[in-house]
Amino acid sequence: MIVRIFQLVIMLTLGMMLTACKDPPVERLPMDSVQHGYRGTGMVQIYNPRTVASQDALNTAPPSTPPLPDSGPRAKEAYKNVQVLGDLSAGQFIGLMTAMTTWVAPKDGCAYCHNVENLADDSKYTKVVARKMIEMTRHINSNWKNHVAETGVTCYTCHRGNPVPKQVWFTPLEQNKGADFIGDNAGQNTPGKLVNMSSLPTDPLTPYLLQDKQIRVNGPTPLPSGNRSSTKQAEWTYGLMTHMSNSLGVNCTYCHNTRSFQSWEGSPPQRITAYHGIRMARDVNNAYMVPLTDTFPVNRKGEGGDVAKVSCATCHQGAYKPLYGYPMLKDHPYLASLAKSAAAPANEVTKTAAK
Amino acid sequence: MADYQNLFTAVQVAGPVHHGTELHDSMSTRTGKPFLLHIAGRLGNAQIGPIYLGGLGVMSLMFGLAAFTIIGMNMLASVNWDPIQFIRQLFWLALEPPAPGNGLKFAPLNQGGWWQIAGLSLTVSILLWWANVYRRARALKMGTHIAWAFAAAIWLFLVLGLFRPVLMGSWGEAVPFGIFPHLDWTAAFSLRYGNLFYNPFHALSIAFLYGSALLFAMHGATILAVGRYGGEREIEQIIDRGTATERAALFWRWTMGFNATMESIHRWAWWFAVLCPLTGGIGILLTGTVVDNWYLWAVKHGVAPPYPHVWGTVVDPATLQGVKP
Repeated sequence: MIVRIFQLVIMLTLGMMLTACKDPPVERLPMDSVQHGYRGTGMVQIYNPRTVASQDALNTAPPSTPPLPDSGPRAKEAYKNVQVLGDLSAGQFIGLMTAMTTWVAPKDGCAYCHNVENLADDSKYTKVVARKMIEMTRHINSNWKNHVAETGVTCYTCHRGNPVPKQVWFTPLEQNKGADFIGDNAGQNTPGKLVNMSSLPTDPLTPYLLQDKQIRVNGPTPLPSGNRSSTKQAEWTYGLMTHMSNSLGVNCTYCHNTRSFQSWEGSPPQRITAYHGIRMARDVNNAYMVPLTDTFPVNRKGEGGDVAKVSCATCHQGAYKPLYGYPMLKDHPYLASLAKSAAAPANEVTKTAAK
Repeated sequence: MADYQNLFTAVQVAGPVHHGTELHDSMSTRTGKPFLLHIAGRLGNAQIGPIYLGGLGVMSLMFGLAAFTIIGMNMLASVNWDPIQFIRQLFWLALEPPAPGNGLKFAPLNQGGWWQIAGLSLTVSILLWWANVYRRARALKMGTHIAWAFAAAIWLFLVLGLFRPVLMGSWGEAVPFGIFPHLDWTAAFSLRYGNLFYNPFHALSIAFLYGSALLFAMHGATILAVGRYGGEREIEQIIDRGTATERAALFWRWTMGFNATMESIHRWAWWFAVLCPLTGGIGILLTGTVVDNWYLWAVKHGVAPPYPHVWGTVVDPATLQGVKP
């Protein structure tokens, strides 16, 4: 009997050691807890120090480069076919192009977007997308300050050295129900990556970050007064919130006083930032990503032929602030000014790109 | 001498197996040849069988099997009939009730219709089993305490799946059949109705739940502790207190100033157990029908205290001008 107990203890210990070696870090004690509200109200943030440590490298910004002088000829005068960044000085323009290469396509270099024979040529779809993305970056930095503040975003915020940001999402195909006789999963009840492997609705992003479905489910009065939101709707909202919590590496209490998820009075101010973040992601998806659908080749699209879209995770990548709030934008202020010129048409090269 | 200082029952009486008392009200006989199983004897009685199902029991099992099969087949179909995925994802899989928009109508089979059939079968099965429990107790000339305790659990089951959905006017408000999905439903239910922890009947239910566990531990421990003085002969000691009872009673008077009796402790336990689903069911039934937001209800009645505003004023951006909705 004693021997058996001994064997059991050894096997359990070995098992724990093995799981501890796995990547990503497993959820296990000890955790760090940080008080984040009035004492005794459970307003604490729980951090897994191993997860936080593993995220350091990801959230380290590339070396800072000083802003280049705004003097000399304009880029549109010096180069051909500069539609969005034409008002930059030629020096700033080349500086930004170089920075973008390291941010987005460090392996492929200029050739990832440009025809190296003729840099002004728009034949590569990537160049058309990049142009739209610069407009998007400027739009975010100018019009979504209530989410990105002065910290702003650059290409690196999402790309982190990858031509396609690691955390983009596609609307999943509808369940194949065969003859639609049996086995409907109602869009949930399978381990969902976006909802932290819970059985919540597996795609809580399409209704809220692409469409404009009602997120709030709570009623405004103690007694019933016409709020017809259902418990099932609450599951979808719960799914979106799980995605946000996961994307930011924070608990519910980062934005909510959990005794009343709906009440703004008593909520941490981070909730206001998050509120605008939801609208920002929705705006970006509809104004910039969806119009690019036909520009992308098939292998860059989802199973249903939809364009890659942004969620909270696209920028945040597990951190409460992308790059822990490092203000990269200050080195590249021209990514903040809103383009005065008309938006570049996205479908211009559709035919050449769609081969 | 046998003692009771072990986790498992150390005493196994290996006598001749027996069929039990004669039945007079039933035409059907008990089935199965009883036998002794040592492992079972470690936990309870070593004798397995005979079993009596009767008409009610057989019908209950048939309806229960129907519900089980419908739920299982829907789960299997939802993973495209892949047995490996069925096992891997078993805890995630579910059979969902119809969408809220369907109201109380019959839903198409694959949009909640199966849920309605499974729910009806399960309800019939459980009610038949309740009748079976009641009638078996009567046949043995017992009281019907077990049946009524079971009825308390059935009350909660019916509130969740029948009474409340009907009052809300939608089967969509009912619980899905599934391991994790029903837990997610529970969390979503609390989120939708403004935090169930402010529901006083939920609080009562939790008190009775934890109280049941506490009473169970106290009583079990007490009887085991006085087992060496014959304390396990509780029923005899109700009317003829021996030294076991005296010691147990004195122990609790010493430690908490009051003691239950050999009889009353069982009433305590029964009522705590029964009141747990009874009060819980009331709390669920009131949610959405009578109270829409338990947090706001608690604020209104002075139950939820205000906290100091450590972050200053945080205002709903949707109420401000010029903010995108």
